[in-house]
Amino acid sequence: MSATDELPGTAEREQTGPIRHKGPGPSESGWVDPRGRGHGGRALALHRITGLVIVLYLYLHLGVLSMLLIGSSAWSSFLSVVTAKSFLAFEVVLIAAVLFHGLNGIRVALVGSGIAVPRERALFWAVAAIGAVAVTFAALHILGALS
Amino acid sequence: MSEEKPPPGGPAVTQTGQYDIRRFRVYRYKRGNGGERFDEYEVPVGPHTTVLDALRWIKQHEDPSLSLRFSCLHASCGTCGVQVDGREELACVCAVQDHGPQITVEPLANLPVLTDLVVEMNGFFARFPHEHPIIRSSGSPAEDENGEVHLEGGHEVTLDLPSAVPLHHHPLHHHHRAAPPAVDFVRLEDCIECGLCLSACPVAATSHDYVGPAALAAAERLLEEPRGVRRDDVLAWASRPEGVWRCHVGLECTRACPAEAIPAERIMALRRELMFGGPDDEEDRQ
Repeated sequence: MSATDELPGTAEREQTGPIRHKGPGPSESGWVDPRGRGHGGRALALHRITGLVIVLYLYLHLGVLSMLLIGSSAWSSFLSVVTAKSFLAFEVVLIAAVLFHGLNGIRVALVGSGIAVPRERALFWAVAAIGAVAVTFAALHILGALS
Repeated sequence: MSEEKPPPGGPAVTQTGQYDIRRFRVYRYKRGNGGERFDEYEVPVGPHTTVLDALRWIKQHEDPSLSLRFSCLHASCGTCGVQVDGREELACVCAVQDHGPQITVEPLANLPVLTDLVVEMNGFFARFPHEHPIIRSSGSPAEDENGEVHLEGGHEVTLDLPSAVPLHHHPLHHHHRAAPPAVDFVRLEDCIECGLCLSACPVAATSHDYVGPAALAAAERLLEEPRGVRRDDVLAWASRPEGVWRCHVGLECTRACPAEAIPAERIMALRRELMFGGPDDEEDRQ
């Protein structure tokens, strides 16, 4: 059948419409959207976000260490800034991110290998509880309440 | 709110004697008629009103141009899947009373929108390549020049026959006159093919070659009940890069599945087989 013999609307029907995605932006952000997610989806999103935070910190850490190349005075003045209580709060956030990423990684490994699938929800709450206790202890220690 | 427009899903029984009114934000898209938008409708609802009831009420009383898809009205056909407040639901069994005063209804995610709340399901089935071990021919046998009857599609695994007998062994097989070739279709075991799992899957949102939870769950089902399919073929198919290893254990597919096909658990079972299964397991099964 030639193009002129086609039924009206045939070409239009072949067009695809938009693809809806969750998330605030393009499809690549679809995993971020917390709407309608359960604990598994939210844990996955938090796992990725904390992973990005840790990678960002790694590069930041390497950049900061490179200040040693400038000299001891630059390093000392920098230390006076990062040991301030307000800055130490960021360390608590970093520890929380590392703890969640590590503990949830163990959970994902156990569930994802089919070993602990029936215990998946209990594992999630165990991760949350252990992480909360550890972060609280770390925060008290870092911020000086335990010293 | 008026006598001419009774609420769908039963009479209203609010304490004030008035209808409970919910505001629906409904996704709209018409091809060639502007872009995407949300339209708002106020819908009187009763205690048993479902989202599908409300959408049909909108279509009947407010906006006949609203397009939606439904069929069985009892969560069996899987055609009325939508996102309700961001969560995948079958609209026919999604109670309005479980949601707040404003309810947002969108089409399923990760599939092209045809119009309004209707998505193109080919995007769902296109995730099942033809070598998927679960693919079953719809049974449109065709005769070759020697009078032999062959299935369209290549796999001899199943037909919708009374027993799981491969076609060329079936007593009716050689007496079947060749029918004109029809389009083959895919049937998945333990699944109503609604596409909710694909919409909910955070990995499918970013990876278009991921075969998705439904296909993997169907493959795992074959391990439980092989029906003549070779176990190694199933595992080889599932272990491809776009298969089980692409899952990131978000578990949203199981949460979304209205048929309790537990796709996430089945994906994990496939992984367990791939990692820890071996010849001994196979011997045990035989």
